[in-house]
Amino acid sequence: MPEQSPSTKRDVWITGIGLVSSLGEGPQAHWQALAAGTAPVTDAERFAPYVVHPLVKVNYDSQIPKKGDQRQMEPWQRIGTYAAGLALDSAGIAKNADILGETDMIVAAGGGERDFQVDAAILNDMLVSNDTGRLLNERLLSDLRPTLSLAQLSNLLAGNISIVHGVTGSSRTFMGEESAGVDATRIAFSRIAARQSEIALVGGAYNAEREDMLLLYALNDFCMKNGFRPIFGTDGAPGIPSGSMGAFLVLESPEHATARGAKPLAKLSGVWSERAQRNVDGSVAEKVTALLAKAGTTPGTAVFSGATGGRGATEAEAEALRASALPVRSIANRIGHGFEAQFAAGLALAALAVSEGTLFPALPGDTLENGNGAVSRVIVTAVGHWRGEGAGLVERVD
Amino acid sequence: MAQAYTDKFGRPIVVVTGIGIVTSLGQGKADNWRRLTAGESGIHTITRFPLEGMRTTIAGTVDFLFDGRVPAPDLSQRLATLAAEEAIAEAGIGTKGNFPGPLFAAVPPVELEWPEKRALAEVVPHKPLVYHDLLDAAETGKFSAWHERFLFGSVADRLADHFGTQGQPISLSTACASGGTAIQLGVEAIRRGECDVALSLGTDGSVHPEALIRFSLLSALTTANDKPGEAARPFAKNRDGFVMAEGAAALVLESLEHATARGAKILGVLEGCGEMSDNFHRTRSSPDGKPIIGCMMNALKDAGITPGDVDYINAHGTSTPENDRMEYVGMKAVFGEEALAGIPISSNKSMIGHTLTAAGAIEAAVSLLTIANGRIPPTINYNIPDPAIPLDVVPNVARDARVNRVISNSFGFGGQNVCLVLTGEPA
Repeated sequence: MPEQSPSTKRDVWITGIGLVSSLGEGPQAHWQALAAGTAPVTDAERFAPYVVHPLVKVNYDSQIPKKGDQRQMEPWQRIGTYAAGLALDSAGIAKNADILGETDMIVAAGGGERDFQVDAAILNDMLVSNDTGRLLNERLLSDLRPTLSLAQLSNLLAGNISIVHGVTGSSRTFMGEESAGVDATRIAFSRIAARQSEIALVGGAYNAEREDMLLLYALNDFCMKNGFRPIFGTDGAPGIPSGSMGAFLVLESPEHATARGAKPLAKLSGVWSERAQRNVDGSVAEKVTALLAKAGTTPGTAVFSGATGGRGATEAEAEALRASALPVRSIANRIGHGFEAQFAAGLALAALAVSEGTLFPALPGDTLENGNGAVSRVIVTAVGHWRGEGAGLVERVD
Repeated sequence: MAQAYTDKFGRPIVVVTGIGIVTSLGQGKADNWRRLTAGESGIHTITRFPLEGMRTTIAGTVDFLFDGRVPAPDLSQRLATLAAEEAIAEAGIGTKGNFPGPLFAAVPPVELEWPEKRALAEVVPHKPLVYHDLLDAAETGKFSAWHERFLFGSVADRLADHFGTQGQPISLSTACASGGTAIQLGVEAIRRGECDVALSLGTDGSVHPEALIRFSLLSALTTANDKPGEAARPFAKNRDGFVMAEGAAALVLESLEHATARGAKILGVLEGCGEMSDNFHRTRSSPDGKPIIGCMMNALKDAGITPGDVDYINAHGTSTPENDRMEYVGMKAVFGEEALAGIPISSNKSMIGHTLTAAGAIEAAVSLLTIANGRIPPTINYNIPDPAIPLDVVPNVARDARVNRVISNSFGFGGQNVCLVLTGEPA
């Protein structure tokens, strides 16, 4: 049905969560680890000196039964397709063709990934060739897997979710690092609130265990190196501890959920996306302060910060969060930073916290993490490592 | 009076007040329109990089903007800039560096290209190198500008800076349907009342060796290299693959109320958008055509019209055997065999090739020009009709016709389909 007049906004519920990260798989595993104050799971050896949060061991067969499908995906797509399946399961709509056929999907995606052996071999040959043009053409034609480009295309995570899980209402892919995650959620949220959509699958995935992405961020010295350090530590921003993760949410109108007997895990009460002029001093802190004000800071509110650990933005966000005096937890201190996937992961953790009604323990050594006790509202921030400031508000449903 | 500004569903009517186009045929809509209606092809032998060993050596590259090779995001950004400048100038909206609405940018995915990787490799002191050595090269800090340049959000971000669009720009990809999605996002935002104005664009400047080879490996490209201008043959029996191409188009979208209030000239109406994704295969359409049919039906429903209200179809028409056949199957189901025979259908890709991420935006722009000029651009290279897909493709020569309503189809790898409904005057 064409949507109605936009004048009447309505609530948006979170009715499904799919989450897999270095801490585990599924909401319960995550909550247990968080509540126990488990130390972040990191690996500083495999890609030394870079620190990554490796994905927990996953049985992909349980969500992607066909090996042929798995072979058509690079790991970031596999992680995302897996997490999307968990979200559909959690919402109780997996394999429900009628609902999946009307489910709108927005995926926040990067792309890639490279075949590292092939790239290195070609480069070695190029450096000693006197006909590099021909060499490159011939080697790429013979060495690239024909299906590689599909496994690399940004929109093919969404494509794979359609193929494997049957989500076909609509399919959009947003790119653009952290803000892709914010805007994917914002658009899905806004469409449901404005009655342009009834149910949506939104989220993303990131594979941190790949040298091509480390290379991209190492170009401008953004990576965390030489061992894990807290995001808001004592020596300024520690660098980005990238983390493998897949995070998807099912967002739904109360009418649609109620009609099928589904209960809300939490309410998504707002998503905001901003763009500071980063070359202006103080602009990022100002935007974060404004976002907190927009979301509201009534008692029972905490902040789950999506701060990346990257220099500049991390210190600026810290300044605004410290000034707010709200209880703060850093998402990257638990599961690392997942760029496009980070915001959905943060919202998922926020939904868990408000439904449990309590904060998990602070990370020792982090100077900003503070406060304890009951929580009914969580503001999730997403300040991009280079651009884009966003936030979402998750509230408890009683 | 408020009634006049809303459609039959009570939503704000969304109009177009500015159009900009760049393709291999030229810069600006005047040039493009003249050459499209003259049936000219912009496809040529590639000169940008060595072709030895390539199966396909032709493309619709845009070669008049830079002298030498530049990274794909530089070209995509330049193409989008030119298209958006033209659209904004025509709309006469905002002030220099301050566009009063958000940016929805269909941009191609990016990554470090071979010349950049090679430059990194050259500073690695030992040989042979392994991939990890490139990270050490990155740590020298000599290449720091490439970080931003090769982020996925880079092109849209710089466009947002240049044009002063509001808020964080959205970079999106639905493969070959991306341009259509960018327009749809703008339409939805205006209908929600989030903004009065939006800048929607699609751009693609990514013909480089690996991109060409990747499509070659999927057997998606024609290898009819000898006569480049005759290689793209949508709907013809001898079609054998698409031609990669570059270009951009931008539309200034605006609520009718806002456009009227400022006395803007209205170039057309975005009456409806439809989408439906395909879960059959990564590169092939569902054999029953259900998602293509559903996508067109959803667009008609969103516009509140019936198939009988459509005067012309701006086809996806890529010139691959599979796409054109499935598009026919879909159209036949939506319109019925008899009615379909009476509707002119043409593919701009016969002349400008497949501009991939930009195609949906370029073809929406051309659809609006078709309505405004009462002239339908032809499908060129249509010399051998395919009896299995009988269509009036406006073969080879442009045709004068009164066209009030167009649907423009875009179908992407990965099963992402978008259909737009465009009309001339507000109802």
